[in-house]
Amino acid sequence: MSDALLQVNGVSKHFGGFAALSEVSIEVRQGERFGLIGPNGSGKTTLINCVSGSLHNEAGSITFAGEEISRLPAYQRTRRGIARSFQIPRPFSSMSVLENLVVPLEFVVHRRSLHQTNTSEEAMAILKTIGLADKADTPSNRLSQVELRKMELARAMAARPRLLISDEAMAGLSSNEVAEVLGILFKLNETGITIIMIEHIMQAVMRFSQRVVCLDAGRIICEGTPEAIVKNGDVQKAYLGA
Amino acid sequence: MMRGAGFWIGAAVAIGLAGLAAGTFKDEYFFFAAYPILMYVVLATAWNILGGYAGYVNFGTAAFFGLGAYTSVALIQSTGAPLAVQIFGAAAMSGLLGFGTGLLTLRLRGIFFSIATVAVIFIMETLFINWRYVGGATGLQLLRPAPIWPFESYIKMLFVVMAVIVVAAVAVARYIENSWIGRGLHAVRDSEEAAECSGVPTLKLKVFACTISGALMGAAGAPMPMYLSFTEPASTFNLNYSIGALASAIIGGTAHWLGPVMGALLLTSLQQYATVNISNEMNVLVVGVLLVVFVVAAPDGILGLLRKLKRAK
Amino acid sequence: MFSFELLLEAILFGVLLGCFYAAVSIGLSVSFGLLDVPHIAHPAILVFGSYCTYLLGRYGLDPIVAGIVLMPPFFLLGMAVYRFYYETFEKRGTDTGVRGLAFFFGLALVIEVGLILAFGVDQRMVEADYIGKSLVIGETRIPWRLLVAFGVAVVLTAGLTLYLSRTFTGRAIKAVAQDEPALRLMGANPVRIKQWAFGIATAVTALAGAMLIIVGPVDPSLDRIYIGRTFCVVVLAGLGSMTGTVAAGLILGISESIVLTQFGASWAPAVAFGLLLIVLGFRPQGLFGR
Repeated sequence: MSDALLQVNGVSKHFGGFAALSEVSIEVRQGERFGLIGPNGSGKTTLINCVSGSLHNEAGSITFAGEEISRLPAYQRTRRGIARSFQIPRPFSSMSVLENLVVPLEFVVHRRSLHQTNTSEEAMAILKTIGLADKADTPSNRLSQVELRKMELARAMAARPRLLISDEAMAGLSSNEVAEVLGILFKLNETGITIIMIEHIMQAVMRFSQRVVCLDAGRIICEGTPEAIVKNGDVQKAYLGA
Repeated sequence: MMRGAGFWIGAAVAIGLAGLAAGTFKDEYFFFAAYPILMYVVLATAWNILGGYAGYVNFGTAAFFGLGAYTSVALIQSTGAPLAVQIFGAAAMSGLLGFGTGLLTLRLRGIFFSIATVAVIFIMETLFINWRYVGGATGLQLLRPAPIWPFESYIKMLFVVMAVIVVAAVAVARYIENSWIGRGLHAVRDSEEAAECSGVPTLKLKVFACTISGALMGAAGAPMPMYLSFTEPASTFNLNYSIGALASAIIGGTAHWLGPVMGALLLTSLQQYATVNISNEMNVLVVGVLLVVFVVAAPDGILGLLRKLKRAK
Repeated sequence: MFSFELLLEAILFGVLLGCFYAAVSIGLSVSFGLLDVPHIAHPAILVFGSYCTYLLGRYGLDPIVAGIVLMPPFFLLGMAVYRFYYETFEKRGTDTGVRGLAFFFGLALVIEVGLILAFGVDQRMVEADYIGKSLVIGETRIPWRLLVAFGVAVVLTAGLTLYLSRTFTGRAIKAVAQDEPALRLMGANPVRIKQWAFGIATAVTALAGAMLIIVGPVDPSLDRIYIGRTFCVVVLAGLGSMTGTVAAGLILGISESIVLTQFGASWAPAVAFGLLLIVLGFRPQGLFGR
């Protein structure tokens, strides 16, 4: 289907003898809001790592916008339009919040002409949309957990991606903060950015996603609309244990 | 600190002072003693490009330094090349070694790179022990040629040449630090995975830093055979060069190019004092203890302490 | 001038030497392989153990006995070092890479210079009944000190491997290397387990140090070449693999022995470092890596 932005076909990944992913295939369409759920250890982050390039899959193929990307290093995938936030925030701790955002701006968006003056303004604009503008000059190692997660998202946004992967960006947030982040993601999607959301907060996933895939023990056990997923017996078993 | 013009004025002043000293000081001993201090400024500055900016600890400074020295020896033996050619040749060879070592090991975790750099020292030493042309295990004695006008003695000339190399090294480090390369390296140091996912070509930048670092260390090693008049593998590939470079940078402070400069000036002077007045072993002990103390208690080095003092006022 | 007998003899010595290298490195297999501590001071502690053995030898203690006697104090030393490392570096999280490594480098330096100040740069040896005599089998003379070191090495390596796989604490150590959060969920304190493990690794290294000075004379700068040998073994083995350590030790021992007989003593020290670079370049996970 030419509509598909991301095609994951038969991807497998092992760590020693442990099969983290076994022949996983998913398809994410252009502009879609896609949810990825599954209990802890089911392989969600491993799958995301294989898509973003932090890990290399052993088997299968990953196609982005028609191009096979499995052999590309992560930074080239980011330059082609895949951005992600990290489950456990990884700030550039020696830099301020603003400088954190300047990195993807410099190395992805403006890599042909590397000037810093424009990038500061652009970074500020992004910080304003996410509500961190007043923390722009704060060293990132002084941020609270919530602010760190927002900065993670902002940094991914700064790469001007076509596909944004949000890896448990809402963990530990209050319901107001969850609503805030959800609102930002909805707005991003309206501008045409395809979004994959990994979350444990079921309400958020169900409200946000148009399609949901559930992983368990490295395999896909269910795929469909949020309503269908919630009712699915296998999904309930995976989360609650048989 | 030190915006564009200010830096270059300072650099010109420094070289001018070095030249003035060469012209007016009569005591040759001053230049013998000052040369190693300048040399370690270059080594520490070069080390910091990879160690401080990117966070990859190079224990193998002695390998790059030594290869530079032996490149000079080989050039002198084969073509009688002048000092300038030796320096560029040495930089090229050691840059190549940095490129190769980096390509081989910088895709791995930091500690593996560090261990590999120790390995490179021993392998270089073994190679040159077995190469008769440049003296083999027994070493090679080289006569200093006549100094070039206006210098009265070869040592004074080497001193000024090293001062120029210092300025060049610091200029390179400063440029990298303030450029997109430096920002990329800092991102690598803070979180390599996040840097990759933010579009930073981490491997390319790391290999680049390792190459430049190696080249500068090689340049620092090039005049060594003429300084000592005698070159042999064991003392040329001595781990002490690695120790001095690393300790100077960490003690001075790795965040800014001034750190390695200050660290090397202070530490090397201290070492010279200790060696002359107490013992050679005491000088190494001083370095070891200071390194541990700073790493534990003042991780941002002297620069960090000065910054804290400024804020406290 | 290729001689089959010489080759066999080289291999035989290589096996004896290799088991010795395995024993000398197995402490590092635990501290770096399992616990992920950048313990570049391991060889320095090894040599420190040799010198302590030498000191006890001056009071008439047999080196193997001295090595065993040294194990408890070295165990405590190891626990203290890890505790300090954890509190100062591992806990903080950021930038521990450079600082932790520089710390152990500085520590190694201080130990080396301390030994020079205390004992001088000359070589030191120990005396025992089995040092100086050889076992003669046909045309081959095998020095007894190599056989003794080999024997102790086998016992030490087997003992540690069994400890890690059979005892409760041993398995906890392996568990903490693989999945620390899971261990925490089970109620165990990973820091105390790692501390204990580091202590054991250091104690083992004390006995290994005794064997080092049995095998040959020591001087304070010996730690430098043993950086190559121990890290070569640990990396070639695959981080954390005890059986791998034995296999890697044998590979190194035999390689060094063959190079020594075929190319001479000026090339032998580079074997460990060369092998290390080759492994890092082409198969960094080693033989049995995780």
